[in-house]
Amino acid sequence: MTRKRIHLAAHFPGVNNTTVWADPRSGSQIDFASFAHLARTAERGKFDFFFLAEGLRLRELKGRIHDLDVVGRPEALTVLSALAAVTERLGLAGTVNATFNEPYELARRLSTLDHLSDGRAAWNVVTTSDAFTGENFRRGGYLDRADRYTRAAEFVRLSRELWDSWQPGAHLADKSRAQFVRPAAIGTVHHEGPHFAVEGEFTLPRSPQGHPVIIQAGDSDEGREFAAATADVIFSRHGTLEDGRAFYADVKSRLARYHREPDQLKIMPAATYALGDTEEEAAENAAAIRRQQVGPQTATAFIEQVWGRDMSAYDPDGPLPDVEPDLSEGVSQGRVPFGDRAAVAAKWRALAEEKKLTIRELVIEVTGRQTFVGTPAGVARQIDEHVQADAADGFILVPHLTPGGLDEFVDRVVPLLQERGAFRADYTGTTLREHLELS
Amino acid sequence: MTLHLAVALDGAGWHPAAWREASARPEAIFSARYWAELVAEAERGLLDFVTIEDSLSLQSTLLDGPDGRADQVRGRFDAVLLAARLAPLTSRIGLVPTATTTHTEPFHVAIGIATLDHVSGGRAGWRPQISARSTEAAHFGRRPFPRLDGSFSIDDEHVRALFAEAADAVEVVRRLWDSWEDDAEIRDLATGRFIDRDKLHYIDFAGRFFSVRGPSITPRSPQGQPVVTALAHARLPYEFAAGGADIVYVTPHSADQARAIVEEVRQLSAELRVFADLVVFLGDDAAERKARLDRLDGAELRSDAAIFTGTPEELAELLLTWRRAGIEGYRLRPGALPYDLEAITRGLTAELRGRGAFRRSYEAMTLRGLLGLPRPASRYAEVS
Ligand SMILES: Cc1cc2nc3c(=O)[nH]c(=O)nc-3n(C[C@H](O)[C@H](O)[C@H](O)COP(=O)(O)O)c2cc1C
Repeated sequence: MTRKRIHLAAHFPGVNNTTVWADPRSGSQIDFASFAHLARTAERGKFDFFFLAEGLRLRELKGRIHDLDVVGRPEALTVLSALAAVTERLGLAGTVNATFNEPYELARRLSTLDHLSDGRAAWNVVTTSDAFTGENFRRGGYLDRADRYTRAAEFVRLSRELWDSWQPGAHLADKSRAQFVRPAAIGTVHHEGPHFAVEGEFTLPRSPQGHPVIIQAGDSDEGREFAAATADVIFSRHGTLEDGRAFYADVKSRLARYHREPDQLKIMPAATYALGDTEEEAAENAAAIRRQQVGPQTATAFIEQVWGRDMSAYDPDGPLPDVEPDLSEGVSQGRVPFGDRAAVAAKWRALAEEKKLTIRELVIEVTGRQTFVGTPAGVARQIDEHVQADAADGFILVPHLTPGGLDEFVDRVVPLLQERGAFRADYTGTTLREHLELS
Repeated sequence: MTLHLAVALDGAGWHPAAWREASARPEAIFSARYWAELVAEAERGLLDFVTIEDSLSLQSTLLDGPDGRADQVRGRFDAVLLAARLAPLTSRIGLVPTATTTHTEPFHVAIGIATLDHVSGGRAGWRPQISARSTEAAHFGRRPFPRLDGSFSIDDEHVRALFAEAADAVEVVRRLWDSWEDDAEIRDLATGRFIDRDKLHYIDFAGRFFSVRGPSITPRSPQGQPVVTALAHARLPYEFAAGGADIVYVTPHSADQARAIVEEVRQLSAELRVFADLVVFLGDDAAERKARLDRLDGAELRSDAAIFTGTPEELAELLLTWRRAGIEGYRLRPGALPYDLEAITRGLTAELRGRGAFRRSYEAMTLRGLLGLPRPASRYAEVS
């Protein structure tokens, strides 16, 4: 069997506590220079794409805007279009919600980005549709959970109809024959479905990729099925070896039903990392980053989300108090819920007692340790092993610092991945589809 | 005092046959480079800003619905994304895309234009526009619109409602732009807070067409309030512009008309800047060039704005004459690109400069700065 090629993407540090702002090296989360620096670094590292997340309502805790984490971000496609001017090969992926957008408008924006970047556009289709976010939109939070992916699927199908509606070569620009477009080469789309009724002509010629790359990030059964039927890339949270292999096998096995080959859907889990010159130093760096990510107030905020009550009276550097969770209603809005809070609380309490952890140590222990910790050679080996073992086709790397958080990875890990023959030494194609080896 | 000069970029220029001129590059219209060259030329000419046209349907010679014509430019980019693509390639010129208010989400428009302001370092503007056509409504399928026909009137109830909705959209967008105070980001190590949430504000807009809670997800942009501009030909859009815009583009066909329009606008607003739109064909052979294009297109060019043919010197005289009628700036629509754009940036600006009426270098870093508009504090900021 031939060695699998690794695919890499760079996630702009997000609006959560993974991103460390209380560090002298932490720069602006909104200045274009920060986006340009990260994108250029990713391109220097020959990454497949640069990735922006989205959240259309500021997160709240106890009915007030959450103020401990980085907050504030730009409109994704607008920044990506600007980044197309300062990069040449890097794919440009934006998260855009299928619930709070309309196909004609969004398909047109994505086609525009694909034209303006010479074929580097990707859309991460997310489906969040809570009433909380809906308060910022005309349509409100009207969509039942069950309808989210049927809408998303119809949305993507309709977008592809629109992208295909100008025949290849429709734009002639033939002065002598007075044909700007080839007559009758602009088709009319007639779409009538449960979610959309759209009729008319699209305003753009077929874009360089034909269809911008579709990414999916959702974990439910419906989400996986939608990805198997529709997506080119899955952005998952399954970054560990075992978990990754199970997810990979599950999703790839769903492809045959849609007459798709396993390599037509790339699986790229989110991954964080900490590097050091020795294994010990890497472990120390990893722990130091975790302490920065979980400050005292953040630790309190975390247990408040699980316990569902005000815990600010308790010292985060002291023990977990002997109070029961309040299960009546959640205290947080706009973030992924914790699931069965009673069970989570019981598990956390047991762990705290067993290891004699303070509140802050507990939160550090139970939330997101780095995916990869080690020397550059060790991390390169781990990444390659994950990919060769079918736990992933590559990773979407999430640095903890803006804008320099990717520098060391690109300077020190990428060359070793290249030496291993597992990662491109240079771009061989111009479009994102080519980077991802998608037809 | 310097005149303000903008150019309106669209397709191969404002004559429908302009793409067939020898100097036109119609094969490149769907490339970034085409637009980058045009906006670089405009910036070399020290113009205040460029506008970029847009619409949610294909161009047509009919009032509503496709005309099936293949002999004119068809197809357009999303203007906000195009403006963003041009931002890193320019450094001083303002970028003013059109974004429609009828079928779009005010929240998305607000963060899109705010983001354009961030990526351009404070050079963003917005031209809100209504979409009255049934063709566009059919692209969304949410509400049926009557087909517009020859009896179309700006006073129709349908159109009045669209302007009312546009006014609400502008209000929502402006509130969202103010919903983060400038100093909301504090990075306070002692309390672990990244922001002072008392400086983030719900906008709680509830109107006839939509309600929006806020705050924006995008921090306040360099200009605070990007420049809002509106094209207007009648009382209703004048009122819309007076209610929410910084600049109104009007379409007088003579100095007397210009004076009358300025008077009418001034009754509605003392602050609104009044620019005039003009379609321009420039050069010694301008009239012949236009006549040739008319022949190619099979029809005489018609426009809502006055059509000027003549030398840059003659145009400079006209602009200064209308200025005495109260017009503060112009948005020129080049008949053919790049020809008439270069005649503006090289010929017209030199003529105006010779008369002491145009800048010799950019005097500000932001679009508001070029226009002499102060940077406003957020409406939600406590005055201490
Ligand atoms: C790795 C990952 C990243 C995600 N990023 C976003 C995001 O940026 N914005 C968003 O609104 N939702 C995001 N989501 C949420 C998903 O789109 C989806 O709405 C959510 O996971 C619920 O769908 P599910 O029930 O299929 O899991 C993300 C999900 C995953 C797994």
